[in-house]
Amino acid sequence: MDRVIDVRGLTKRFAGRTVVDAVSIAVARGEILGFLGPNGSGKTTTIRMLCGLLRPDAGEGTCLGFDILHEAARIKREVGYMTQRFSLYEDLSIEENLDFVARVYAVPRRREAVEAALERLGLAARRRQLAGALSGGWKQRVALASCLLHAPKLLLLDEPTAGVDPGARRDFWAQIHALAAEGMTVLVSTHYMDEAERCHRLAYIAYGKLLVTGTAADVIAHSGLSTYVVGVAGGDERQLAALASALAQERGVTTVVPFGSTLHVSGTDAAALDGVRDRYAASGAQRWRRAEPSLDDVFVRLTQQAEDNYA
Amino acid sequence: MTPLQPFSWARFVAIARKELVQMRRDRLTFAMIVGVPILQLVLFGYAINADPKQLPTAVVDHDRTVFSRSLVQAVANTGYFRVVAVPAGEDAADRMLERGRAQFAIVVPPGFGRALQRGERPALLVAADATDPSATGNAIAALTTLGAAALRHDLSGPLAALAPPPGPFEVRLQRRYNPEGVTQHNIVPGLLGVILQMTMVMMTAFAVTRERERGTFENLLATPATPLEVMTGKIVPYIAVGFAQATIILAAAKLLFDVPMLGSGALLVACMTLFIAALLALGFTISTVARTQLQAMQMTFFFFLPSLLLSGFMFPFRGMPGWAQALGEVFPLTHFLRVVRGVLLKGNGAADTLPHLWPIALFMLAAAAVALLRYRRTLD
Ligand SMILES: Nc1ncnc2c1ncn2[C@@H]1O[C@H](COP(=O)(O)OP(=O)(O)O)[C@@H](O)[C@H]1O
Ligand SMILES: [Mg+2]
Repeated sequence: MDRVIDVRGLTKRFAGRTVVDAVSIAVARGEILGFLGPNGSGKTTTIRMLCGLLRPDAGEGTCLGFDILHEAARIKREVGYMTQRFSLYEDLSIEENLDFVARVYAVPRRREAVEAALERLGLAARRRQLAGALSGGWKQRVALASCLLHAPKLLLLDEPTAGVDPGARRDFWAQIHALAAEGMTVLVSTHYMDEAERCHRLAYIAYGKLLVTGTAADVIAHSGLSTYVVGVAGGDERQLAALASALAQERGVTTVVPFGSTLHVSGTDAAALDGVRDRYAASGAQRWRRAEPSLDDVFVRLTQQAEDNYA
Repeated sequence: MTPLQPFSWARFVAIARKELVQMRRDRLTFAMIVGVPILQLVLFGYAINADPKQLPTAVVDHDRTVFSRSLVQAVANTGYFRVVAVPAGEDAADRMLERGRAQFAIVVPPGFGRALQRGERPALLVAADATDPSATGNAIAALTTLGAAALRHDLSGPLAALAPPPGPFEVRLQRRYNPEGVTQHNIVPGLLGVILQMTMVMMTAFAVTRERERGTFENLLATPATPLEVMTGKIVPYIAVGFAQATIILAAAKLLFDVPMLGSGALLVACMTLFIAALLALGFTISTVARTQLQAMQMTFFFFLPSLLLSGFMFPFRGMPGWAQALGEVFPLTHFLRVVRGVLLKGNGAADTLPHLWPIALFMLAAAAVALLRYRRTLD
């Protein structure tokens, strides 16, 4: 069983509106797939179809070797699903939450498993604290621990780090990589580009359509974008903003993305973009430096394209 | 590959335990479990508990003999009547009844004394405002046994032959406004059904909608728990709650209102279990249909009101038109009221009770079937 997730043509409609449109995803064992896309693009819906929480209107495939249409019950036993919304029981304590999950999944040697999870979390002393009283970062840690209690083979994590501080995010990613190294397969949706770069492979979805898949380097290489980093003398904010809106009007410029005190100016037609550079740089008020497009530049471009095509 | 279990005891226990812990933590739910029975008993108890004495009475004495005077004195001596007026005619007495100035109007007809002496058993006319029958019931009872004692003194010597039985005169009673005299013994056992219905349906109706609103339902669906496990796991803890409430109500019925308990306790418990299970199945059905807790609450009341009105708790069942009775037969409360009243007050046994149980069982099966059909394993 090489491909832990292998689905083709997944489609979901809500009230006649196609929310996920013929999405095909393959994820190998031990791989971390980053699932990216703007809000409302169908990430959560796709994840729900993978673990049997929604029935696809079209499409087929397997998850952990089980048919997603007919063997949802088997898939559920071996998947750890962390929902987008924090969904432990806020009126149960940390320990009661873990114990409940362990019971429902019939975890062998339940008490020890819960105890070990509490120890690993460093929450053994706060076990009786209500889950609702935890801070964002701790909620996320407890939620992840509760997904892992039954030793799943596949983790589906829906925006697990939204609203979590950088320290907790770093710990979280260290843990994900450690799990993947032991053979865990992970599909994780995120909005953070730094997190996208930590994934083995990426899948980008917009308006329900899967636009690209591949490693970060592949995605950048196949984007066909050329990019300049543009700075203004003295780093004046107002000048930079004026420049950004002027550049956005230019033919040959597809995206202008502010990056600190610089702008990332990208275009699909390298010659046209160079023409723009020559005209603007002539004034001497700006520094134009050629650069690799970042993932962000690529995704902004992809979303624009999708908007033009489908929205 | 381990086989899939259709029903896992461990998962059922996990869900039931969780519900119990949540119930204990939720002060409002807990207050509802204990508070609702007590509150309702106290509220209804005011109307029921009173064995009111000194009820305002108007006496119209057309006879004005030693007999009529003794009679009026004896009436007052029962303690139930307080003569507030001695109007000259029935019209005035009726007006007092109408305006609520008097609860009773007693009319001694002309020639009462003479007729009594002749042994003609003359009629004493008593008009009672029976709008609140629990207020008049005991007084009327006192009046009907009065005849014998009241006139024994005056019916001495040759008249002794007229002494009871039968009574020397006849009390003709007109209960006005409420023909079926409901008493506290009727209401308190009924309250058992009403309180159970309200809390049981409402609490289970919230069971799934609460999870949906809080976002925990998606997690629950993502676990291997099956619909049957979730349903039973969420229902069984509330059966225990139902029995706790029933204990409170029955203890109060005995201690405060002295309701007789003639029938078998085991039979009552068995019937109560069925009734509670039917209510919980209904509550669970509501919770699979309602999207929010507010909707669940509205649906509960949508069910609660007609069942309360048509069950025979509020209004006499036999007084309702045919279609209303037919509708009333659908509600488990209607049958449960008959069961409880029968078992407690009449000492009915299993054979008398059975005809009222199968409609409850049928209702439960129907509700559970709808619940299982409606409960989806997916979020669609
Ligand atoms: N149960 C549902 N019923 C109707 N529309 C839905 C439902 N769930 C999601 N949608 C719609 O589908 C689209 C995709 O949603 P979602 O999968 O949550 O996107 P993402 O997770 O990428 O933000 C959104 O427009 C959302 O409003
Ligand atoms: Mg989402």
